[in-house]
Amino acid sequence: MLGYVVRRLLGAIPTLFIIITLAFFLMRIAPGGPFDQERALEAKVLENLNRVFHLDRPVWEQYLYYLGNLARGDLGPSFIYRDFSVQQLLANGLPVSIQLGGMALLVALLAGSVLGTIAALRQNSWIDYSVTAVATFGITVPNFVVAPLLSLIFGVWLSMLPAGGWGGGSPQNMVLPVITLALPQVAIVARLIRGSMIEALRSDHVRTARAYGLPARMIVGVHALRAACLPAVSYLGPAAAALLTGSVVVETIFGLPGIGRYFVQGALNRDYTLVMGTVIIIAVFVVIFNLIVDLLYAALDPRVRYD
Amino acid sequence: MEKMAETIFDIRGIRVTFDTPDGAVEAVRGVDMHVKAGETVAVVGESGSGKSQIMMAAMGLLASNGRAEGSVTYRGQELVGLPREKLNRIRGAKITMIFQEPMTSLDPLYTIERQISEPLRVHGGLSAAAARKRALELLKLVHIPDPERRLKSYPHELSGGQRQRVMIAMALANDPDLLIADEPTTALDVTIQAEILGLLAELQRKLGMAILFITHDLTIVEAFADRVYVMQHGKVVEEGATEQIFNRPAQDYTKMLLAAEPEGHKPPVPKSAPILLDAHKVSVTFSARGGLFSAGFALKAVQDVTLSLRAGQTVGIVGESGSGKSTLGRALLQLLPSEGRVVYQGVPIQGFSRAAMRPYRRNLQMVFQDPYGSLSPRMTVGEIITEGLLVHEPGLSAGQRVEQAMEALKEVGLDPAMRNRFPHEFSGGQRQRIAIARAVVLKPTVIVLDEPTSALDRSVQKQIITLLRRIQQSHNLSFIFISHDLAVVKALADYTIVMKSGQVVEEGLTDEVFERPRSDYTRDLMEAAFDLKSVLNRQAEARV
Repeated sequence: MLGYVVRRLLGAIPTLFIIITLAFFLMRIAPGGPFDQERALEAKVLENLNRVFHLDRPVWEQYLYYLGNLARGDLGPSFIYRDFSVQQLLANGLPVSIQLGGMALLVALLAGSVLGTIAALRQNSWIDYSVTAVATFGITVPNFVVAPLLSLIFGVWLSMLPAGGWGGGSPQNMVLPVITLALPQVAIVARLIRGSMIEALRSDHVRTARAYGLPARMIVGVHALRAACLPAVSYLGPAAAALLTGSVVVETIFGLPGIGRYFVQGALNRDYTLVMGTVIIIAVFVVIFNLIVDLLYAALDPRVRYD
Repeated sequence: MEKMAETIFDIRGIRVTFDTPDGAVEAVRGVDMHVKAGETVAVVGESGSGKSQIMMAAMGLLASNGRAEGSVTYRGQELVGLPREKLNRIRGAKITMIFQEPMTSLDPLYTIERQISEPLRVHGGLSAAAARKRALELLKLVHIPDPERRLKSYPHELSGGQRQRVMIAMALANDPDLLIADEPTTALDVTIQAEILGLLAELQRKLGMAILFITHDLTIVEAFADRVYVMQHGKVVEEGATEQIFNRPAQDYTKMLLAAEPEGHKPPVPKSAPILLDAHKVSVTFSARGGLFSAGFALKAVQDVTLSLRAGQTVGIVGESGSGKSTLGRALLQLLPSEGRVVYQGVPIQGFSRAAMRPYRRNLQMVFQDPYGSLSPRMTVGEIITEGLLVHEPGLSAGQRVEQAMEALKEVGLDPAMRNRFPHEFSGGQRQRIAIARAVVLKPTVIVLDEPTSALDRSVQKQIITLLRRIQQSHNLSFIFISHDLAVVKALADYTIVMKSGQVVEEGLTDEVFERPRSDYTRDLMEAAFDLKSVLNRQAEARV
């Protein structure tokens, strides 16, 4: 298995390289530059800035220069957050995003599988219909509606929880953002699990388990749930990568110092290095979570082999 | 002894009803049945006779839209309507079941050890270690080779026969009183079927449980059962001792089932008949290319098979699953890449691209095994039949195409008015007729029939065989008839090729191959198919 993991990680290097290259040149095609402002800078100042950041060189030279720095682990300085390097920004923001995303993922997995399983076991009952209705609600209502609503109800009217802010990562501050992030995921996982659970419960080997008098908790928990998990696992891989790399909406509305907003701000301001940094982080997360999904799949299903 | 034994399983007036969108469907309509201690009872009936649903009702396994009325008692305990907790003390312990599909009946995600242990731990309260020990004993009891290693195996690592042995081991785990076997050998090859039946007989002698054996194949119970119930349309039509049912059947339906062996015989074509399809050393290799870091593999599915098909001839290809017979059929029609040389009427078609093959396709048709999967569910029967004409006779008007479709439907014995219906409205046998009509409408010269009768009941099989024989004569067709069912090949083919592991082990005129098989393999196949009784007797003697 270790060999397989190493092979997969080595295989990811060309993928990352292509992503970096595409992102680099796409950024440069976009009109404007990091130092364009409402009021144009003095020509001399602009020239100096461009020289300092090597923006006066041909693009291919800048590209090679960037790759060289990247190989040494240097993501470069941010053009907009003048006193910070991209590393520093990511190092500060990523832990926040990972904590929020990780908790949301956990909530999605637990609540989603419990709701999905209950709905499947009580198929076509009022419980099933209410789970489906809630799931549809969770998927259709966008987070920029949910977040302010939660903030308004629990933060402002009821004063139970802080309406926003990170508060040094205190649990109270995390509740509302985690719920906002988790809600659509809970809904999707519940629907996936419900569907695959219904199929698993109809399968021949579950009939065998029934015919052998196994108690219901074993039939559902041991025989049906494991098979029913598989589609949810393959969904959660890419979903986890997206959750853990932050959400611009949630971070902006709750005022959280995660990395999600860097992507949008960086892109709007043509902060080339910051955008490249976020792209690399997201790409690495996607690669890693796809690998984790494949490993989990093989662990859950003995018919899947590494090759 | 039979008179002395007490009745342990008693079914009285059982009715099973399914609620469907089209209203209630009664699958079982008042059946009485009983099993005495240590007895072997067979329940025989064709698909849809309700034979399995009785057992599902008894064991609380009906689908959620099913209802059971009536009474099923086990040693005086009523099972119908029994709360699940109480039922769970009986099923899996006192009454156990094995099923038709050993692959899907075992959980693919858990080891054999775990699956045999679960009922032991649940019913017998055994510790993990004790259950493991007992599981190993059970695997030895059902003669699984290398049982220690097999405990750690997953179902997909076993062969079909071994999986059914594992199911039997599970069924025996808690020393049951009654083993219900629901078509346990239907999905298996004939030689494996003989082994499994022999095993069941042996275990019954050793352990003394009663067996309730459900099957569609009356002929296999002769060597095996004490008593037989014959079912049709949800009712028992005849009941009696095996000897009486086989020698003095009272009901026409029973007689029909007994005589279900396909009949007929095809005389060989004259040597002067022209050769239509000539295949020389055809091989098919399935391979996976090795990746950067992994080795590839290659599997020779068909190896150097040479055959020729003359006008009007039927070449039967028999073999067990995995023998490469279907692959060969597809390779002959250039439906998958192969090596060797295939010549159709003087044209070497070997390796032809799809486009190059197209003009020949109408002459070289194919009919598949699964009449459910091979007809598009979203097309009407008329559209299915005329689709080929659109390609091969684009000049025809819509009206002419419909005319030809009606002609073809009439020819296969279906009402031409049915052409506007969809495949799901037809039975398996009717669908196979539609598939044949689809091939015949193109006026081909050669049809490759890949197990066309295997998914059908014996009585329907017979009709399809008669139909095939008739259209062969009226159109002077040549068939390549692929089947694992020796009886069908014997009835239809004039030349027979026996395949095993991708190679031809024996070939010759059908009469010679069936009367005087030369290879041991063919002899084993014949005996398992036509003389199950002596195979079972020999197995029993060998074990004493």
